Amino acid sequence: MTRSMPITAPEAATDPPTPRVPDESRSRRRSRRVTAHPVAGALFVLPFFLVVVAFLIVPLGYAFWLSLSSKSLALGTRFSGVDNYVRAFTDPVLLDGLLRVVLFGLVQIPIMLGIALAGALTLDAVTTKFALAFRLIAFMPYAVPAVVGALMWGFLYSRTFGPFADLPTLVGGDPIDFFSSSLLLLSLGNIVTWAWTGYNMIILYSALQGVPREMYEAAVIDGATPVQIALRVKVPAIKQAISLAAIFTVIGTMQFFTEPAIMARFAPQISAGYTPNLYAYNQAFAYSDFHYSAALSFALGFLVFVVAYAFVFVNRRRGARS
Amino acid sequence: MTVGGADNRTKANTRLPHLLMGVGILYFLVPLLWVVIAATKSQPDLLDSPALWFAEFNLFENIRQLFREDDGVYGQWLLNTALYSGLSALGATALAAGAGYGLARFSFPGKRLFETGLLGMIMVPATALVLPTYLILSELEIVDTMWAVILPSLLSPFGAYLVRVYVAESVPVELIDAARIDRAGELRIFWQIAVPMMRPAIVTVFLFTLVATWNNYFLPLVMLSDSDLYPLTVGLTTWFNTAQQEAGTRMLFNLVVTGSLLAIVPLVVAFVLLQRFWRSGAAAGALK
Repeated sequence: MTRSMPITAPEAATDPPTPRVPDESRSRRRSRRVTAHPVAGALFVLPFFLVVVAFLIVPLGYAFWLSLSSKSLALGTRFSGVDNYVRAFTDPVLLDGLLRVVLFGLVQIPIMLGIALAGALTLDAVTTKFALAFRLIAFMPYAVPAVVGALMWGFLYSRTFGPFADLPTLVGGDPIDFFSSSLLLLSLGNIVTWAWTGYNMIILYSALQGVPREMYEAAVIDGATPVQIALRVKVPAIKQAISLAAIFTVIGTMQFFTEPAIMARFAPQISAGYTPNLYAYNQAFAYSDFHYSAALSFALGFLVFVVAYAFVFVNRRRGARS
Repeated sequence: MTVGGADNRTKANTRLPHLLMGVGILYFLVPLLWVVIAATKSQPDLLDSPALWFAEFNLFENIRQLFREDDGVYGQWLLNTALYSGLSALGATALAAGAGYGLARFSFPGKRLFETGLLGMIMVPATALVLPTYLILSELEIVDTMWAVILPSLLSPFGAYLVRVYVAESVPVELIDAARIDRAGELRIFWQIAVPMMRPAIVTVFLFTLVATWNNYFLPLVMLSDSDLYPLTVGLTTWFNTAQQEAGTRMLFNLVVTGSLLAIVPLVVAFVLLQRFWRSGAAAGALK
């Protein structure tokens, strides 16, 4: 999307737009001189730019600066260089949390996007009232705050409130403990899948709606089945939308915070360092180590940024080649 | 809507998709149904009656109790949430609309650099900014005020990007040029020509930033410590913590559940009613 726009204004700032004489404007010639003032364009962008500076660039810069020093009772605040980063990447708690989130993502993201894609393809092919109802209902969880979603599922998982934990006892089995260490990640994965599948489905469905019908008319005439058309024509046609959805999901997963924070009330084994983001938060507010917390935030943000950017870059290269 | 494919297909072919969609409807609906049902129950019924069926109807009593608890702090939370998310969404949308339009239809020094940067900004995880922003705002002594939640929420690089893509496709350069020949001011062109054509993108950005702020937990959790300033998400979790800790003395579970229900109704309704508007905007972002 960085392709150049058919914009008429010259790049050179040394070329102020000359005032136009009225009869020239009446003639409505496609004059290249009919241009916007460059300053006008910059002014449209300026307020947004100021917010970017104040709430993105300055905080990141300040966090980086803070992360380069440490505070101790004996020495006070002193410059410590990359010590905080060395500490972070040798901190077993952080590495554990990072590994946990990566594993979580490797399982949960493909499942969720797979279901979302299947749902989107179904919606694109089936246009009954029932499909419309499915589309609306699947999207609803997106409007539910993650806090409320996690609370709801926490109640549903629990033995006192929920219907599911005791189901096996009906056939003489043991009740399921959704908060046990072996099931906890699955229970969390289910919450996230419930919340975000419909959203991704709608994004992919919207992309499918933009695929011109001519692209698969020939395949229809040739007698291709709907499934063949879906897999061979439609999926490749919305490859860009799929990878965009994947990137945003990866970014979201790396920031995993709310669901584990809420679930910790149900499952005490969710520790202060269960996810990297939870760890950064607790370093700041439970241990008051703002320098280390700044380093964790910065490192995590940087890591996600690099992964996402690399993903986009590779993807665009591949897209350009094919 | 001209969706191809369904025309000459027999009913039998759609039986399996319908079955799967039925399973999906159950999956997505059951937790929501549970909240609706649970909100109608008193505290004892919540613990003892079957989870997915009604007991004695206690919804109105729950709502009354909800707004009375802690001197009516729930009403305050609801108001705070509406205020924070409304102002944030309005501001973020206005900024994104201006920036997207400016980038798509103007040329000025540094534009290319900024556009490349914009793509990078989208990739910066929002929560990684929360703690750094907190550190800055506490230096400026505006943490624990509503502005500590609203101002950082104005940042929406994806919104600007989405508007930019939408304008590039839907607002013809010729139209803007014609208006310029007629000597319309740039602001007037923006307001009277571009904005009406950008409406789907604007509605989309507004709704999505509204939801993002309404549902945000991490930012207000970090920024606020005065419980009168809490939004619903933070407030409900503090109640839930109390309910968990003081299980014997003060039971708040029915209030947490009823409060959760009232917290999700406005947005679900807004999204379902407005989906015609935001879907086409979402498509623009998805296609690029």
